[in-house]
Amino acid sequence: MMLRIFAGSMLVVLVGAAGRGPFPAGTINGKVTYTGTPPKAHPIDMAKEPNCVTQHPTPVSTQDAVTGPGNSVRYVVVYIAAGDQGAPAATDTVHYDQKGCMYIPHVAAMQVHQPLAIFNDDPHSHNIHPLARINPEWNKSQPKGAPPIRTTWEQPEFIAVKCNVHPWMHGYFAVLATPHFSVTDTTGAFMLAGLPPGKYTVTAWHERFGTQSQEVTIGGAETKTVNFVLTAKPY
Amino acid sequence: MRPIIRRMARMAALSVLLGAGGTTAGWAQESQVGSITGHTDAGKKLYRRYCIGCHGPSGDGAGENAPWIDPKPRDFTLAVFKCRSTPSGALPTDEDLFNAITRGFVTTYMPQWRPLTAQNRTDLIAYIKTFSPKWRSGKPGTPIAIPAEPAPTAESILRGRQLFQRMECWKCHGPAGHGDGPSAATLTDNKDLPIRPYDFSTGTRFMCGATNQDLYRIFMTGLDGSPMPSFADQLKPAEAWDLVHFLRTLQPIETREAAIWRDWLNTHARELKPIGPGGGGR
Repeated sequence: MMLRIFAGSMLVVLVGAAGRGPFPAGTINGKVTYTGTPPKAHPIDMAKEPNCVTQHPTPVSTQDAVTGPGNSVRYVVVYIAAGDQGAPAATDTVHYDQKGCMYIPHVAAMQVHQPLAIFNDDPHSHNIHPLARINPEWNKSQPKGAPPIRTTWEQPEFIAVKCNVHPWMHGYFAVLATPHFSVTDTTGAFMLAGLPPGKYTVTAWHERFGTQSQEVTIGGAETKTVNFVLTAKPY
Repeated sequence: MRPIIRRMARMAALSVLLGAGGTTAGWAQESQVGSITGHTDAGKKLYRRYCIGCHGPSGDGAGENAPWIDPKPRDFTLAVFKCRSTPSGALPTDEDLFNAITRGFVTTYMPQWRPLTAQNRTDLIAYIKTFSPKWRSGKPGTPIAIPAEPAPTAESILRGRQLFQRMECWKCHGPAGHGDGPSAATLTDNKDLPIRPYDFSTGTRFMCGATNQDLYRIFMTGLDGSPMPSFADQLKPAEAWDLVHFLRTLQPIETREAAIWRDWLNTHARELKPIGPGGGGR
């Protein structure tokens, strides 16, 4: 009996430490905007790959600086850079698609060791070439109908991804030490949930507009709003 | 008593040396090629005499000759190498690096270094591995298995030709292997510098050797750092040999595959659709 109570209390402690239990968990949300002049998105010429031209009735634009109303910035990775309290590892598989000669999503965020599956949904071949510097740089062909490439990354790193056959294809793997990350949506919004009380460094990273960090303290089951204003340069 | 202790000490020292000298190079960054052990201090002297002009004092490929060289000298600080026996993303073996130094690279300024002794070349490998921390934290990959080559036949060449179409080799290497496919002009390496695909019609040797096994290894491991990907997950060994047999027919030299193919074409040439968009069939 005593043993069972002890085991039960241990379970509560474990779940609590994992940030999902009865202990209060806070949320950090906010928006990312820019000041300055961002580069203009320009339409991509896919004439080299007729399959992809037909998949886009209206030409798609470059995605390295996607901005929206109110100067919002899409595809900014916002994550806990310091203060992480050993939350459980992210185990769901991150999907990265090659479709219409574009990467979907343009920026995929994941934790180290988190499963990543790369799909080719196009009726032709791609080569997927993550230009890693800290992690191993590899380059694999994925023809039409090939099964997904399943992999993981061991070290935190922002890895540029490209397809050499289609030079306009360009994306990022944001490999992070923390399971607390978010990529801004079309309105520039992000949310980091399930944060136990503590002091955190929140960092926003954008491939063109650089990196910014802020300190945030979570006291309990509260939501704190943190906004980032990145400096945009035209090139 | 004392001679025993001395003998034990000698054995311990020897085992440390052997342990550090294997292909799983330890902190000491020794290298091992066959029975030859390479040493960094000897390698450093050789490097500063023979390699520094292009590869630079810190091994980053930015030597004083580098601005006039294209493609650029290898940057050893990245520990990314084209010619490997190991899978894409894995470090090469010491033998791979030894072979690269010995052979040189036909389409670049890197010459053969056969005038250096095998000991010299092995010493150089030990020193080159000091430029990247990846050699301290990681081990070389396991070389890919290459099964025995089946004899080339017209059928295997034909299957290889279909693979050349289906794997879309022609998008970079061109329909006839001339290195002029639709993506050739925009190819860049891992430093965003322009790089050309291999032109089968001019070369008698390939980037990583001249044998059929070398050719098999090139597309099954990929040339890391370059646009050439690995096809290891896409081709079965029998298919890889088919592709090797077809690629051999594209060369400007007389190969046994070219002779078989010529005979076959004499009677069947009209059955072939040209390689390219929607083509490649029989």
